[in-house]
Amino acid sequence: MKRFEYIRATSVAEATSAAMEQNAVFLAGGTNLVDLMKVGVSRPDRVIDISGLAELARVEFLPNGGVRIGALVLNTDLAYHPQFSRDYPSVAEALLSAASGQLRNAATAGGNILQKTRCSYFFDLASACNKRQPGAGCDARDGENHGLAILGWSLSCIATHPSDFAVPMVALDAVVEIDGISGHREVLLDAFYTLPGDYPERETVLQPGELVVAIRLPPEAKTFAQHSRYLKLRDRTSFAFALVSVAASLVVEEGMIRDARIALGGVALKPWRARAAETRLKGQVCSDTLFREAAEVALADARPSGNNAAKIELSRRLVVRALRVAEAGNTDQPRSLPGSVFAEQPKVSANG
Amino acid sequence: MIIRIELNEKPCSIEVDDPRVTLLDLLRERLNLTGTKKGCDRGQCGACTVLVDGRRINSCLTLAFSVDGRSVTTVEGLAKGGKLHPIQEVFISRDALQCGFCTPGQLMSAVGLANEMPLRNDPEQIREAMSGNLCRCGAYQGIVEAIMDYHGALSTDGATHETI
Repeated sequence: MKRFEYIRATSVAEATSAAMEQNAVFLAGGTNLVDLMKVGVSRPDRVIDISGLAELARVEFLPNGGVRIGALVLNTDLAYHPQFSRDYPSVAEALLSAASGQLRNAATAGGNILQKTRCSYFFDLASACNKRQPGAGCDARDGENHGLAILGWSLSCIATHPSDFAVPMVALDAVVEIDGISGHREVLLDAFYTLPGDYPERETVLQPGELVVAIRLPPEAKTFAQHSRYLKLRDRTSFAFALVSVAASLVVEEGMIRDARIALGGVALKPWRARAAETRLKGQVCSDTLFREAAEVALADARPSGNNAAKIELSRRLVVRALRVAEAGNTDQPRSLPGSVFAEQPKVSANG
Repeated sequence: MIIRIELNEKPCSIEVDDPRVTLLDLLRERLNLTGTKKGCDRGQCGACTVLVDGRRINSCLTLAFSVDGRSVTTVEGLAKGGKLHPIQEVFISRDALQCGFCTPGQLMSAVGLANEMPLRNDPEQIREAMSGNLCRCGAYQGIVEAIMDYHGALSTDGATHETI
């Protein structure tokens, strides 16, 4: 690990000011950053430790019915927060389907949405990676790419975003609150992420020195509380990143879909909101035929970036299944294997 | 920088000159507490699990500077007055180890998980909760049984769990 200057920030203003220095990074839980520093992918000159900023570690339920999640709220605390998990069950399920208990205890909400791709070529300094070294090329294109992107990729980068948490948050129209030396601004989480295009080294709209201070869900997000689920397909049932995941939220009245939200994880360099599929569902009566049509629409633009065409059909089937379990509704019983398609799903066939 | 922590219920202060030192290396190399193990050093195997303010974390991914002012519990802090901690007793009675390298991390993880979630009589829940602790000897059967014994004994109703 390269030696760095360590600064412990005592306020947001101090942190954002210290971050104007060249090659500075913020450190919160460290579960991704310290790992990247150990392998030499991240080589900061200055590390600004914000983990002591208690004002960023609060969950606030807002008078308008929304919720504000401080950037330093731990994944474990958010997932097991009684009111939060009741109002936003798909978000709790996504958080608990991620990583391990130890990592969830250290990982923060802000760090989670900002984590780096787990594309193995990004982590391997001996491989060419445009994201790590602009212009170097992309060894993933002709390499082990069965798990990589099927949507929104470019010839320069086919990596995927690894977050589970961000998937239902994008579906529920989360807003990112950002502080910088030039003031406070807010961006929809969906618009916070950028697609790789010709500049895969850029991943978000954050400017130098800017700090994510909170992530907010709007009041309407909890109207989906009775029918919100997150399903995740992965190479093993726990402690693995998603091959494909789907957050599905419905407002169902007497079998009729009043509102619908769908986002997919593991398919692109950002959580993939399927707006056209949502439109297809609204005002319709729940049925498998309808869910299949929505899945077709959701994956209409998908194309393989390598040896991963299977992920397209996998994604369609998971959209159908997530819609089925969302329609079936949530139970009070917490799930032993959150997000797992092998966990028992009420009223849904295990092999559907 | 001088790091002040409460280490296994005792105050401890130590000067550390390099911000790159992880909590794991601080414990093993500077404080000679070698019970905490270094397996992968990348947060994947769980051998380095310790409790910070009562929560289990991977000490290999935690900078020592970041834990200044906090309390740290390592496997050396489990047994008290020459008497094993109950989790250590059940690991022995359930034969929940072979080579023992992962065991300190397994023990700390098992103690810590009860602070995170309401536990049910459900081995699947324990397996998921312990998925951040790998055991190359494959002692998982005994580990899950031991943890169910331990948490069953802790639960207020004292209900015994199903055979697994």
